[in-house]
Amino acid sequence: MSDLTGATPTDLPPAPQAPSHAELFLAFLKITVMGFGGTLPWTRRMFVEEKRWMTAEEFNDVYALCQFLPGPNIVNLTSVFGSRMRGPTGALAAWAGFLILPFTLMLTVGVLYAQYGDVDALRRILKGLAAGAAGLLIATAAKMVVPLFKDGIGPAPFVVLGTAAAIGIMRWPLLGVLAILVPISIGLAWWVRR
Amino acid sequence: MKADGDVLVVLAVQFAIMSLLALGGANAVVPEIHRQAVDMRGWMTERQFADMFAISQAAPGPNVMIVTLVGYHIAGFWGAVVTTLAMCGPTAVLAAYLSSTWDRFRHRPWRVAVQAGLVPISVGLVSASAIVLTGVAVHNLAAALVAAVTAALAYWTRWNPLWLIGLAALAGFIGII
Repeated sequence: MSDLTGATPTDLPPAPQAPSHAELFLAFLKITVMGFGGTLPWTRRMFVEEKRWMTAEEFNDVYALCQFLPGPNIVNLTSVFGSRMRGPTGALAAWAGFLILPFTLMLTVGVLYAQYGDVDALRRILKGLAAGAAGLLIATAAKMVVPLFKDGIGPAPFVVLGTAAAIGIMRWPLLGVLAILVPISIGLAWWVRR
Repeated sequence: MKADGDVLVVLAVQFAIMSLLALGGANAVVPEIHRQAVDMRGWMTERQFADMFAISQAAPGPNVMIVTLVGYHIAGFWGAVVTTLAMCGPTAVLAAYLSSTWDRFRHRPWRVAVQAGLVPISVGLVSASAIVLTGVAVHNLAAALVAAVTAALAYWTRWNPLWLIGLAALAGFIGII
């Protein structure tokens, strides 16, 4: 395996200056303002290109970790960035900066929905939105499923089908399903790689 | 509905568990939120769940913010605070902690196997979300058509998803669905 990406942070050119807590908070606040419909490209742009707080390699590394971990990936990303820059309190500043606006917005929408959710025009819009959102999710799933099935042989397609059927069709509890399928899937991956 | 302590505790525990089970991101737990909030506890109707998912996808900000809407609906302001913290807190702490030790494990064979084993699980979970959401949002032929066209455009073109979802909303507004 190539070790090109194996550089430790000390091998890399030093960042111009580590951001302060306030800068971290404001950076992620700004990302949520600009990142209408997708915050990841903006995060990358700000951290790697504009402020140069991170190299492209470090960014990819952090992103890989957050894809691997459970939970909302992009929220995890904020916390990893913050902690790399300023430790635990830096993580909190970045995390809070990222969540404060979306939270306030959703709370406002929640209040409005409780008030006006039954208005006829809104009902029609929401029906259309829901069908469109389901369509987007179908496309997202398809984009992930197709490459796995193209890779052909191996246990992955069966794990995908098993998980989708257990949760999507049988509607079994998530905890139980994962407690059984995760060890099986990891075991199969280990066995195939031997 | 107004906040009472028991509901808040249930929300905190259930959403914290869900955050740790969200392999591949927030969309992975949409079926579980549906199972608990609609099927098991009757906190909301199918229609309300569909609305909240639609709003969270169309609104700016990460998709995980559906939990804020769900929390507000179930238990008001504090419900929203509790579901948001429970969903966004635990794994953020885990991620920050692991980021310092991650480099050491990167090329270990077990880590490669764990990653290879988790990918198809998270793909299966997103597929399950798509199945559940389609069942919740599509009730007639016209809605099925809108969902299918949106899916096809999102899959084969590079159009901004916001335009696609906007077109779907327009189709609803003019009364096609």
